[in-house]
Order: sequence, then C-alpha cells, then structure tokens
Amino acid sequence: MALPSYATRGERIWYYTFRVICGLIFFFLIAPIIIMVPLSFNAQPYFTFSREMLTFNPDGYSLRWYEDLFTSQSWLRSIQNSFIIGIASTLLATTLGTLAALGLSRPHMPYRGLIMGILISPMIVPLIISAAGMFFFFSSVGLAQTFPGVILAHTALGTPFVVITVTATLVGFDHSLTRAASNLGASPTYAFFKITMPLILPGVISGALFAFITSFDEIVIVLFVAGVEQRTIPREMWSGIREQISPTILAVATILVALSIALLTTIELLRRRSERIRGMTAQ
Amino acid sequence: MLKTADGVTEAGHVCFDNVQKSYDGETLVVKNLNLDIARGEFLTMLGPSGSGKTTCLMMLAGFESATFGEIRLDGQRIDNVAPHKRGIGMVFQNYALFPHMTVAENLAFPLRVRKMGQADVEKRVQRALDMVELSEFGSRMPAQLSGGQQQRVAVARALVFEPQLVLMDEPLGALDKNLREQMQYEIKHIHEQLGVTVVYVTHDQTEALTMSNRIAVFNDGKVQQLASPPDLYERPENAFVAAFIGENNKLMGKVEAIDGDTCKVVLDNGDKVTALKVNVDAVGDRTTLSLRPERVVIAPEGSADLDNVFEAEVRELIYLGDHIRTRVKVCGNDEFIVKVPNSSHSPDLARGAKVRIGWITQDCRALDA
Ligand SMILES: Nc1ncnc2c1ncn2[C@@H]1O[C@H](COP(=O)(O)OP(=O)(O)OP(=O)(O)O)[C@@H](O)[C@H]1O
Ligand SMILES: [Mg+2]
Repeated sequence: MALPSYATRGERIWYYTFRVICGLIFFFLIAPIIIMVPLSFNAQPYFTFSREMLTFNPDGYSLRWYEDLFTSQSWLRSIQNSFIIGIASTLLATTLGTLAALGLSRPHMPYRGLIMGILISPMIVPLIISAAGMFFFFSSVGLAQTFPGVILAHTALGTPFVVITVTATLVGFDHSLTRAASNLGASPTYAFFKITMPLILPGVISGALFAFITSFDEIVIVLFVAGVEQRTIPREMWSGIREQISPTILAVATILVALSIALLTTIELLRRRSERIRGMTAQ
Repeated sequence: MLKTADGVTEAGHVCFDNVQKSYDGETLVVKNLNLDIARGEFLTMLGPSGSGKTTCLMMLAGFESATFGEIRLDGQRIDNVAPHKRGIGMVFQNYALFPHMTVAENLAFPLRVRKMGQADVEKRVQRALDMVELSEFGSRMPAQLSGGQQQRVAVARALVFEPQLVLMDEPLGALDKNLREQMQYEIKHIHEQLGVTVVYVTHDQTEALTMSNRIAVFNDGKVQQLASPPDLYERPENAFVAAFIGENNKLMGKVEAIDGDTCKVVLDNGDKVTALKVNVDAVGDRTTLSLRPERVVIAPEGSADLDNVFEAEVRELIYLGDHIRTRVKVCGNDEFIVKVPNSSHSPDLARGAKVRIGWITQDCRALDA
C-alpha cells in the first residue's frame, strides 16, 4: 500500500501517523513478552536489567535459572503434570470436537445453531464462572483434586476450538466425495479414515494445538479444581511469583513462548498445506 | 418386464417398479416411475431442471430411498442394500475425484477396497488409464488436470472395478462444446466396447439423441415418453415431448372428425388440417398439432401429393448457410418456422412475400392440448 503520487498533504500526514500508531500498538503487545527473554538469562536474582547486562558484559548473563528449573523437584513435577493433563485433554477434546463438527456439518442436522452454541459456550462463558461451577460439581461427584477432574475440565475448554476449526474445514468439504467413496465400495468407516480424515486433518490438528495451548496455560480452573498433586506450570508460576520471587519463572516463560511460537508456526504451515491440497492456491 | 422372443417375461437389468419419491412428505418429486432397463443398454434420462432425474439416479445408487415402490437390480430388490454393497459405478456431476490422491490412487481406490492384490491393482489401473488415454497421467494430482482430463479419470474410476451398471449424472455439464462432443464420442465408444449398462442423465437433448439406445423424457416427476432417439424425434407422443425435443411448430385446434388413424382438425382461426391421430380420443377434443420445420415444404408446384396446403406470409429470413430459417405467418400462427434448404431449387424469398406452404398428413401429429 504505497502512497499514491496524487495524495494530498493531509493524506500524507495520516499515512505516516497511521504507521506510527500501528508500530506503537505492536510494541505494546510484544514488549512484555520480548523483555522476559533476556531477563531470564540474568545472573542476578532480580527482575531488572543489571549494569552488566546493559553493557553486554558476558558476566551479567547466566543459565542459572534454567538450571534451577530443571533441577527443582516441584518445577519438574509441574512440567510433567502440564504435559499429562495437556495431552490427555487434547486427545479427548480432539476426538469429541471432531465428531461433533462432523455431525453438525451434516446437511439435515436439526437444532444445529443451538447445539453449536452449547458446545462453544465454555469459550464464551467467563472462565471464573465455569471454574466455580466445575468446582462445586466436581466436588460433589468426587472429581475435585484428581487428574481426571482437571483433564475433563480442560477437555471442555479445548473442545470449542476443535469444533470451530474442524467445522471451518468442513465448509469447503465436498460431500460428494464420501458418496463417491461409498459408491466405489468403501464402508462408512473406511471412507472416513481414507477420505474424510486426510482432508480435514489440518483442521483437526490446528484445533488440537489450540486445545493443547489452552490447557497448557490455563490457571483459573486449575486453581479451583486441581489439588497439590495436579499443580501445572502456570499454577507453579503463580505461586512462584507470589511466594518465592525468583527469575526461574522467566526461564519457564521463555520456554513457553518458544513453544507457542513453534505451535503457531505448525498451525500456519498446516493451513497452507490444506489450501494447497484442496487446490485453492496455484502451485 | 421385458418380453423375450418366446413371450416369457424376464426381468431387465434395472427395474423401477411404481417408484415414488417425496423429500418433504408432501410433494412427490418422482411420481410413479416405471422403467425397465435392459442389460447393456445406454438409457438416458432427459428432462428440464428439477424434473427428478438426479433423484432417480440417487435412489438407484442408494443415497436416497424410495418413498414407495421398489427398485430391482437383476430381479433382486436393492432397497435394503447399503450403497457401498451395490457395486454400481457412478460418475458425479462434479467428478468427485479424491483431491489428496494421485490419479492412479483414485483409480486404485475401488480395487483396494475389494482387497485386490497389488499386481492386479496396478495392471487394472494401467488398463483403465489406457482406456481413457491418460496413460502418462497416473502420478498427477487431480488439481493438475484439465476439466476434460478430470472427467475422463472420473469415468475410468467408475469403470475400473468392472461394475455391470454405471450411472452418469450430467458428466459433461462443465465442459465446453468441442470437448463435450469429443467426450460424448468417447463415452459411447467405451460403452460399446465394455457392454455395460449405462444410465445417463442430461438436459442436453443433442447429447441424449446422439448417445442413447433409448431416452426417457422426464417432466414433472413422470416419464413422458420412453423411446429410441429417432422415435422420440419423429414420433413424439405428447405435446411436451414434441416441444422439448428439437424444433417444433405448434398449431392449436379442435378435433372435428376421426377417420381411422387420421383426423380432421379445425384450427383456432378456422383453417382445416388433416393430421395423424396420435394422442386424441374423441371428436371435440382440444389438440396441439406438431410439425417439424424441416417437414414443411415451401411453394410446392405440383402440390397434389401434399394433403395440407396454405397461404403464408414471410415474416423473417435467417441465413444459416446450409439452410434458411424462414419464419412465416400461417393459419393464424406467426411463429411458424420453415427450414428452406439452400439449393438451386429453392425459391428466392423476401420478407413480406406471400408463399404457399404445405405438408403431408403423416408429418403432422395431433397430440394432447
Ligand atoms: N435433498 C433434497 N431435499 C429436498 N428437495 C430436494 C432435494 N433434492 C432435490 N429436491 C427437489 O426435488 C426436485 C427434483 O430434483 P432433482 O435434483 O432430481 O432434479 P433434476 O431433474 O436432477 O434437475 P437438474 O437438471 O437441475 O439437475 C426438485 O424440485 C428439487 O428441488
Ligand atoms: Mg440433477
């Protein structure tokens, strides 16, 4: 969007102002995240830049908080818990969400809007309300402070993402393909795994990644539903900030940021691949 | 039921018996369909949009169920057989090639479903590719093929597992005219080569006329006429078929007298015409006379052999090379078309000229009003 040669003075001014505003917004969003990365290599137990760091003196930097992280029993346990809960709830959410999306995309599905609304409500209802509700409900059925409890709660949070991404993939899905498969002799199950699944796979995977990230950085529900045994990374960071003020959490945060970037890149690559497969972009 | 030579009835390959279909439980989209399709026949369902052709095909393939009546394949009811167990090949209107598989994998799909050995699969896929002249294209993705090539892959895929019956739903609808004609020829050729039964859906009458053994003309959920292409064109049985197939001149009137297989009709403007009695029952019935433009003769000189001769006025001349399409006003109808061959015998006509035109009784069919 280059500035046309006939632009008036006002337009020129706006053109540059607009760019500056965009830059500021971008900076505002990204700075807190970026700032953590160098701080996590701080040699001092503070959350500020030391003089050595600012003068790029190697003595100002160290990996001690990373070391701390990987030798601390409670951090390691929380990392393990986060992965157990994240992976289990992702598997559940992906399976349920994909099935729901497939059902909702059938041409003659009754009450489609209503069911869709209910399924994605965990995304819309304030988290604290879901969390409080789950706390009371899970306590009365004996799921509070158990792994299945936290996993189920995170499944409910992750499912909407899967439903939405898979439904979006199915919008462009040509249902005559499953008819063709069936006509060629494939049973419904065979047709699903050979035709439908490969074609909606990008949607399923990106939904799964969103579900995983959601579970991975979720804290509110964990505070309510999880016990000491189920402490996850965010829960550990939370007590880290409040109780022991150590830059270890900056090391954790840096790792999480790297992980998120990796996951988002995967999602984007998958999206492009799916467009290519469906012949939507010229190769 | 088809009659064999010795008079015994024998079930055809495909049989629609009193089939009705309603999607909403109120309106019938297919009303009482009776159709017997012989083994190896090329039968076309031809009709305007919304006449129920696709619905019939879907019922045969098993993607819709008949509301009433039964469909039989080789004498066996198929209503209760799941689509994937029917063994019917189908070419979809949009081809429905699997976009994530190469052409060869697409063709291998029905064979692998049937658990055929790898060597056999490869042999058959290659043979199918050769058949549609795409031998070199096995490793391409469908998106890398032209429309015509995709269409041929779709045909090959519908045939590769050697079904006895193949359904094609407007398979050439998306192709341009030249390619369509070439593909019509190729499909026809493959049909003759393999001897499979083909049920073909189109709303292009030229396509129907050139390809089919028989054509079922659909309108309003009913088969209006089921006949061979020449019969359909030359001997339409009702006004809809006469108007739908080819060009047709219509004259409206009332039956005045019936004499064996001919009848006398008084047209609305008072002129009297003798016509072949086809679809009228009694004296006094309203009737539509149908007359092909190429069967009308202009300025007959010794007009003794023409049963009907009238004075006409030339309204419009359109030069089409091999013939001149001439619109005249005759018997009160000014949309009457005559095809005048472009030969040295033909008269020179000018707009506004008065000419005599005529036709024989056999070419003028008295149909329902
Ligand atoms: N799934 C459906 N639900 C409800 N009505 C339908 C459905 N499919 C078709 N119809 C209706 O049934 C009638 C016949 O449709 P059909 O698709 O068989 O027509 P067609 O002869 O194939 O037309 P075309 O030449 O346009 O393809 C139409 O009036 C259509 O609106
Ligand atoms: Mg149709």
